[in-house]
Amino acid sequence: MNKVLNFDTGFVWSMRLMALLVIGLVVAVGYVLVQGSSEAFQKFGLSFITGREWDPIMGSYGSLPFIVGSLLTAFLALLISIPFSMSIALYLGEFANKGKISAIFTSLVELLAGIPSVIYGFWALFYLVPVVRWIQERLDIPPIGVGIFSAALILAIMIIPFSASIAREVIRMVPVGLKEAAYALGATRLEVIKDVVLPVGKSGIFAGIMLALGRALGETMAVTMVIGNNNIMPDSLFSPANTIASLLANEFAEADSSLYVSSLVGLGLVLFVMTALINFLGKMLIRRLSK
Amino acid sequence: MLATMEYKETEQATATSVKVHVEGLRFFYGASEALHGITLDIPEKQVTALIGPSGCGKSTFLRTLNRMNDLIENTRVEGLVEVLGDNIYAPGYDLAELRRRVGMVFQRSNPFPKTIFENIAYGPRIHGVRDRATLEEIVEKSLRNAALWDEVKDRMNQSALGLSGGQQQRLCIARALAVDPEVILMDEPASALDPRSTAAVEDLILELRNQYTIVIVTHNMQQASRVSDFTAFFYEGDLVELGKTPNLFTCPREKRTEDYITGRFG
Repeated sequence: MNKVLNFDTGFVWSMRLMALLVIGLVVAVGYVLVQGSSEAFQKFGLSFITGREWDPIMGSYGSLPFIVGSLLTAFLALLISIPFSMSIALYLGEFANKGKISAIFTSLVELLAGIPSVIYGFWALFYLVPVVRWIQERLDIPPIGVGIFSAALILAIMIIPFSASIAREVIRMVPVGLKEAAYALGATRLEVIKDVVLPVGKSGIFAGIMLALGRALGETMAVTMVIGNNNIMPDSLFSPANTIASLLANEFAEADSSLYVSSLVGLGLVLFVMTALINFLGKMLIRRLSK
Repeated sequence: MLATMEYKETEQATATSVKVHVEGLRFFYGASEALHGITLDIPEKQVTALIGPSGCGKSTFLRTLNRMNDLIENTRVEGLVEVLGDNIYAPGYDLAELRRRVGMVFQRSNPFPKTIFENIAYGPRIHGVRDRATLEEIVEKSLRNAALWDEVKDRMNQSALGLSGGQQQRLCIARALAVDPEVILMDEPASALDPRSTAAVEDLILELRNQYTIVIVTHNMQQASRVSDFTAFFYEGDLVELGKTPNLFTCPREKRTEDYITGRFG
């Protein structure tokens, strides 16, 4: 008896330790970001965040263009991806939720999540950017190709598997009894989806969308390859720009002064806080939805 | 087949009119045959109980009457099922209308995670009722018919999930009544309820039989004898015997029926 109890206590404590280690890591990352960026924040104060000028040669560092770039590409990507991921989720969760075809489809969608970011980047450069250029020619816009819109397109493709997989699982878990209740009243399949499946699954589906948004905000490699790497405030959906992540990837290696490095770390802190804030807001929304 | 013919000869006088007519109904899950040619008539405004051991096909049979089995993939139906005079398996038959006229109550109460009002109003809404006053009228009438109105009238806008198990099941009955069905199918409606709630549901069935044709699947033979006018005994996918409930329980014609109701198997 005692032996069992001792083992249990030890087991629980070892798990607790592992869990604490993860929290410790978050704190350590936060500490490094705060510590590393203190020089930049001391020098510029709040204008580090609100400043529109990022000019390492002149020694001026304002991050607003990249904050806007990150939010714009991520939300645009989300907007583009939702119709696709929800269709996939409904098809695999509600229509073809059994059998071989469904299994193949499901693993293909999951495979999409496993393709390395750099490969998405290459693919986008060779196939998406020319398409965007073609669109720009039709719209009488300088056919640059690379820019916010191209980045959002490739991001949309990259995040589809995340929101689709979670929404699919949530849709599969909607109790059969509830669906039968609606069918037995004479509901059509569309009505069952609209009135039962989606309302019951909405908080889970939303959680999946939030996860996808988090991915989109932090995605670096593919975005860096197609966003055009331009350090000015984006003034249209097609303008070449930078996200926080793509700027960090591009400029970290060449940062030659301590203020430069500190400003880049400060951008990292901004992204960290932004992601945490969006996660927090998402959780609040999910809680309200699931009431 | 034999049982049905006898029933027709001896008891047709009491069955005023037939609401459901089934002939040679066979049902398949994939390759396995779950119903081997069922023939029976279900009389109007009476309670017909379907009894039999687990797996005898009574629930499958019930679910062929509003085509709920269509939702299960890889199933097949042969034979004739006429509900309210129409062959419901005819190509192009309007399923929504069938299910409006043939309501269903399930074994486990399954209220929508919505308010009490919205649960009842959902059926009328999908059949095109938009007017708020009409909806309110239907909701009150349905809840009154399900003997639930007095218990819930002050909390129409609260979640239906806050009701007790027995209340939830009566809510589901009210929800089925709200689309004005003529036939109500009940699949072991009281099997998950405590004795008091079971009694409430049984009382309700006795109330409803004046207005509706009810087909109830039950495991509980006492329940069948308490609430039903006719009882059909199913065994291994066959209809063994169908008769007036008191007759079937006191002097069954078939040996298998007798064995089952005296508790020798099942």
